Amino acid sequence: MAIANYLYLSAILFTIGAIGVVVRRNAIVVFMCIELMLNAANLAFVTFARINGNLQGQVVAFFTMVVAACEVVVGLAIIVTIYRSRRSASVDDASLLKR
Amino acid sequence: MQTSANLVWLIALPLFSSAILLLIGKRANSWGHVMATIVSASAFTIGVVEFFAMQSRTGENRAVTQNLFTWISVGSFNVNASLLLDQLSICFVLLITGVGTLIHIYSIAYMSHDLDRRRFFAYLNLFIAAMLLLVLGDSYLNLYVGWEGVGLASYLLIGFWNQKPAYATAAKKAFVANRVGDVGLSLAIMIAFATFGDVSFAGIKEHAEHASSTQLTAIGLMLLLAACGKSAQFPLQSWLGDAMAGPTPVSALIHAATMVTAGVYLITRSNFIFDQAPIAQLMVLIVGGVTLLFGAIIGTAKDDIKKALAASTMSQIGYMILATGLGPIGYAFAIMHLLTHGFFKASMFLGAGSVMHGMKDEVNMRKYGGIGKFMPITALTFGLGYLAIIGVPPFAGFYSKDKIIETAFNAGGIKGVALGVATLLGAMITAFYMTRVVILTFFGNERWGHKDEPHESSALMLIPIGLLSIGSIASGFMLSKGQGLVNWLEPVVNPLKDHHEEFLPATVISIMTLAVVAIGIFVAVSKYRGDQLAQAPEKVSVLTRAARRDLFQDDFNETVFMRPGQSVVKNILNIDYLVIDGLVRAVGSVSLTAGSRLRSLQNGYVRSYALLMFIGALSLIAAIWVVTA
Amino acid sequence: MINLALDIGKTASPEAALFYFLAPLSVLAGLGMLIAKKAVHSALLLAWIMISLAIFYIAQDALFLGIVQIVVYTGAVMMLFLFILMLVGVDTSDSFVETIRGLRPIAITAAIGFGGLLTTLIGRATFNRPITGLASANSNGNANGLAEELFTKYVFAFEVVSALLITAALGAMVLAHSQKTRSPFAQRDLSIARFRKDKLKDAAGLPGSGVYALHNAVDVPALLPTGKAAPTSISAVLEARGDMIESSKFELHQEEEEK
Repeated sequence: MAIANYLYLSAILFTIGAIGVVVRRNAIVVFMCIELMLNAANLAFVTFARINGNLQGQVVAFFTMVVAACEVVVGLAIIVTIYRSRRSASVDDASLLKR
Repeated sequence: MQTSANLVWLIALPLFSSAILLLIGKRANSWGHVMATIVSASAFTIGVVEFFAMQSRTGENRAVTQNLFTWISVGSFNVNASLLLDQLSICFVLLITGVGTLIHIYSIAYMSHDLDRRRFFAYLNLFIAAMLLLVLGDSYLNLYVGWEGVGLASYLLIGFWNQKPAYATAAKKAFVANRVGDVGLSLAIMIAFATFGDVSFAGIKEHAEHASSTQLTAIGLMLLLAACGKSAQFPLQSWLGDAMAGPTPVSALIHAATMVTAGVYLITRSNFIFDQAPIAQLMVLIVGGVTLLFGAIIGTAKDDIKKALAASTMSQIGYMILATGLGPIGYAFAIMHLLTHGFFKASMFLGAGSVMHGMKDEVNMRKYGGIGKFMPITALTFGLGYLAIIGVPPFAGFYSKDKIIETAFNAGGIKGVALGVATLLGAMITAFYMTRVVILTFFGNERWGHKDEPHESSALMLIPIGLLSIGSIASGFMLSKGQGLVNWLEPVVNPLKDHHEEFLPATVISIMTLAVVAIGIFVAVSKYRGDQLAQAPEKVSVLTRAARRDLFQDDFNETVFMRPGQSVVKNILNIDYLVIDGLVRAVGSVSLTAGSRLRSLQNGYVRSYALLMFIGALSLIAAIWVVTA
Repeated sequence: MINLALDIGKTASPEAALFYFLAPLSVLAGLGMLIAKKAVHSALLLAWIMISLAIFYIAQDALFLGIVQIVVYTGAVMMLFLFILMLVGVDTSDSFVETIRGLRPIAITAAIGFGGLLTTLIGRATFNRPITGLASANSNGNANGLAEELFTKYVFAFEVVSALLITAALGAMVLAHSQKTRSPFAQRDLSIARFRKDKLKDAAGLPGSGVYALHNAVDVPALLPTGKAAPTSISAVLEARGDMIESSKFELHQEEEEK
């Protein structure tokens, strides 16, 4: 099995995540798709670390995980706040900048 | 070449007077006409002084020049603003200033009821200045300035009573027809510069032999076109009849004596070109011949006295143009006929003005009749002019016109016979229609339509007519006595250069001319004697109908030039609006449309923005791949 | 040191089998996440993907990372997601009718284009070094190797990221905290509530508990002018519990004083 298979898998998962971000309306599901994209990138990093023979890819993946965690925390807090004031978790409802 | 310091005053005095009268405005209303007349008279005085000075000199020294300033100095193109007074110019100077001054005096009385009299005199002075510049210029370019100036003055004077739209349109028509001729003059100057590198008369005369005949023919034809425009020759003659919309003094001065003769002057001045370009000369002959018959035919059907005289002018200038095409001697006879014609035509126009004055500005001859009883002096002077124009000896026209007919026959061969017959025919028709005018106006039953008797005009109007009549009587004899004019013009046009064989003895030709004139008079008298109706008859022959419509020249111009021209303009306007402006508008509308399309991208939905970002990332990766591949 | 990854280049069964089993499942889970109507189903499918990714990490010699993936990501982050889902509305289901015109087709086209582009690029990529694997890098153990990198070369980033964590926590607290500007039981509100009762018997407030010389008495009732105890002066709970102390205990006995 070629090592690139992992990269293909990473690409496919990333694409699926990207579609999800655009297509789904529930803010939390959108967030989950973003998480999927981040994880796909992490997989690619780990694979590259293995290809290059040093651990730098894994370090980057590590940092990515940390940052993703922080981002999830803050993002979900925002979603909760918005939900409290507007009683809706749909991203389409936040369209005050509409023409 | 001698120089003189007086020449500039000939032009400057009338020009300044015109400027002053126009700029000062209404405050000059009381004295403006007097100043203008005095200025014109002083120009005449200068002309007379110069004439006697010229006579006292001999041969080559007769011509004088005056260089005013260097006008154009661009590369190899050098034109000085200089004036040249030679034997040819002095004839014109005397004619312009002399007849002009008399008409100024006449106008004081004729326009006395007009509120704009001062403006009229300003324009008259402007015309005098421009015409003098025309004949005094020493190069084609200087002549052109004067040429345009007289065109402007003519426009201003024809449309003087521009409250009437018809008069303003007539002025415009005259200007436009003149403009077509002016194109000819411009092209001639350009070709002359391209050929000779110089546009002055002296310069071109020197090198005329070295130019190719095509170049000379081209210049000649363009000059002929210019002459046709200014002198109302076929095919640019349609404006002269309508130009009668101007006041009668204008018709007398500009459209009888002076401006319309500018074409003859141009061709005579360019004799060194025409003598070397036989094809151009042939065209000159054809134009002259056609026009003299054209004018004569139109003149027979006109009931408006001024339009009849205008048609007569057209015909007589046809004679002059024809004469200029007959070689070196022809120029001299053309100038002779020009000078005599100036006298008798101006006197007839002023006489017509006097009749109109007495008949409450009526111009239709059908409404005249029997005026001779009430306006004897006018009738007498008009009669003298009439006799002069039809060529009855010993009056002026006999000498000048006969010489032309003679020279025409002497041209030799078929050409000579054709020209001679044409001129004889013209003489006959001239006699016919001039007799018609005289009979309808001064004789016969009174068809005025009202009971007020016409009274004779004031002295201020009659004196100029009288003085001009003296010219009608005596000028022909004076000019031809001892070959006077021919010898006078010798250094300029070299009239005795070629010698043609006599076709027929001169006396025979004179008798033939008198015979046809008698036939013309007879036909006219038999047709128009007795009581006439006050209205023009409806049932007339085809030729009369055609002559009433100016032999369809206006219709032809309209159909061939005006309407296609208007549709071309309309199409160009459309193209301008749709295509060119459309392109400009398209820029705007493309931006607007693009903007409104792009605006729909900003719908406020986060998801569509996310999609755009995604597409952007996609394009970026693709671009990087393409660039680094 | 466990070396689970096989030598690169060999089409050996264990890793290949693992990959070929888990990868399609992951992709199916991803697609399922896209089309699940209920958000909870999407969350659970994502958790499955994360676990399978953790297995991949472990299979690729990233042991530390794999465990961290399970602990942090699947354990903490996905649980957080589920908590929030419960908060927001676990029963709500998305409608799949697309309101923005043309979004879905364009999105799918763009995604297919993107995926195709990435796949093509990966396919055309060449690694200009021989693929060595992490055998030498992991010589001291994966955690040790990672720590070496992390605390020497990337220590600054490490510190920054820790600051980020703290900030994130604070931020979440700030965002989620709904601060009441005043306590619901302010003095004025209590007073108003007292006056609004049917009887104005207690409008001035309940009597305080009795205080005696030798006893600081929360549990001793105050004495009414009649000599009886005022039951409202101490908490009803104490009385119900039987912790109320009789005030007679603290009476002054003169007989004992004369002895």
